[in-house]
Amino acid sequence: MDKTWNNKAWFLVLPVLVLVAFTAVIPLMTVVNYSVQDTFGNNVFTWAGTEWFEDLLSSGRFWEAMVRNLIFSFIILAIEVPLGIFIALNMPKKGWGVPVCLVLMSLPLLIPWNVVGTIWQVFGRNDIGLLGYYLNAIGIDYNYVQDPFDAWVTIIVMDVWHWTSLVVLLCYAGLVSIPDAFYQAAKIDGASRWAVFRYIQLPKMQRVLLIAVLLRFMDSFMIYTEPFVVTGGGPGNSTTFLSIDLVKTALGQFDLGPAAAMSLVYFLIILLLSWVFYTVMTNYDAER
Amino acid sequence: MAGANERTERNAMNGSAAAEGLASSLSQSELDKRMRRRGEESRWWWIVPTLYIIVLLLPIYWLINMSFKTNAEIVNSLTLYPHAPTLANYYTIFTEKVWYSGYINSITYVVMNMVISVSVALPAAYAFSRYRFLGDKHLFFWLLTNRMAPPAVFALPFFQLYSAFGLIDTHIAVALAHCLFNVPLAVWILEGFMSGVPKEIDETAYIDGYSFPRFFVKIFMPLIASGIGVACFFCFMFSWVELLIARTLTTTDAKPIAATMTRTVSASGMDWGLLAAAGVLTLIPGALVIWFVRNYIAKGFALGRV
Repeated sequence: MDKTWNNKAWFLVLPVLVLVAFTAVIPLMTVVNYSVQDTFGNNVFTWAGTEWFEDLLSSGRFWEAMVRNLIFSFIILAIEVPLGIFIALNMPKKGWGVPVCLVLMSLPLLIPWNVVGTIWQVFGRNDIGLLGYYLNAIGIDYNYVQDPFDAWVTIIVMDVWHWTSLVVLLCYAGLVSIPDAFYQAAKIDGASRWAVFRYIQLPKMQRVLLIAVLLRFMDSFMIYTEPFVVTGGGPGNSTTFLSIDLVKTALGQFDLGPAAAMSLVYFLIILLLSWVFYTVMTNYDAER
Repeated sequence: MAGANERTERNAMNGSAAAEGLASSLSQSELDKRMRRRGEESRWWWIVPTLYIIVLLLPIYWLINMSFKTNAEIVNSLTLYPHAPTLANYYTIFTEKVWYSGYINSITYVVMNMVISVSVALPAAYAFSRYRFLGDKHLFFWLLTNRMAPPAVFALPFFQLYSAFGLIDTHIAVALAHCLFNVPLAVWILEGFMSGVPKEIDETAYIDGYSFPRFFVKIFMPLIASGIGVACFFCFMFSWVELLIARTLTTTDAKPIAATMTRTVSASGMDWGLLAAAGVLTLIPGALVIWFVRNYIAKGFALGRV
């Protein structure tokens, strides 16, 4: 759409600008401020320069949390995206099945995150949980409270349960926008099921898939509530992701400097990812 | 987005014209038969969605199941359905102030946040969808970064900022803090919907002598009513599901239900039945509205870009 150049539009944007400045810019400035200062309480601050950043980047704890978080993000992407595509391909295209599938599948997306945690905390326990009880009953030694591997499996299964529907719904939105004529033409050309997927459905889903991958990556990169409720970052530190580590430092120990430095590094990573997301979006919009 | 739709429709028309040409050489029933042989329309299409939905519903069923049990039944034996169904857990929640005030607090700040977010986002989204102005693209991108920002980064500075203003433990503090991600969300979603409305409508209205506010309220808002509904729903939802910031900014008077749940569990040992009942009640807002927004869920999560 060709838009007219009009700087008066700033007045329409002003309320948003003021509000978001209050909720985002001021706090962010506070973080920048803390990240270069040291304090011994009583609001006495001394200049610390880049000390906190050096500490952070050389600390094993930060990198461990980062690596853990990246591994987590890649595992859930590797499971959720193919699974989401597969389910979307098998969803009905018309009839009563469509609304039923849409409603039931979106249910997990609308559950408060801490309740998602609670649900899985309960579901996985081997005394009162359906999953944990029967896994142990058939001879699998499963205990997410003590075993790091089981804790990881639980959190990954939980995330897959929670968010695969988002990938399904996005892919489905891409699929239903493909006109039937494409399939008819493919059928007449005698295209195989795989060829239909590879040359018609996949290219048409490219844009929604990119959105899905980026959204899932960013959301899993800042996951906090669900693992916090289920494992609290344990056993040991085995499920302490970046957000959990940050909250422990900032609100648990009130180490303002290190927490602020960590916040900034974390925020810059997210900024970079958002830029990729934005570029992808605007490039697609420009193509239309 | 209008452009994208138009393009798909044009493709559709070209495609169907071509297909009709070919189809005329085949009989209609022959074509139908061939179409039906496509994988997803075979007789077994329902297996995959059904299995998936069962897997999704099982943990939710378990929570609902637990909420109707007594603690004795939960701890002593694993029963697949409540053998002695009880409403005691729900009764506790509706009669004890600690519990029901949690729901009232949550709903209060969520509704406040929804109203603030959508009302400031409406004019801004209009500006982004209709005009180019100095710094528009940067601003639009900057809004997105706030939607993507990890709440953990903001928890500590929020605590200090709102302490300085004496707003800790008030509903408005949480409502304003949630604007961090809900205002950008609302702007992006509404912009997506508004771009689908042809610009000629605005121009015609101005020629007819409508002032901007009157045009916006009388003509434009009814046109994007579904968009406003979707934006409201997603603001509600994202504020409703957030725990970290809400918990950081409140202590007693505005404590949300989510925080009440975590604290009570650690304090009074493990009252599983009560915890499950509280969890089930938090599912209700989503479950109530889900039918009306079923076609927009992907759109809302993708910030109006699908």
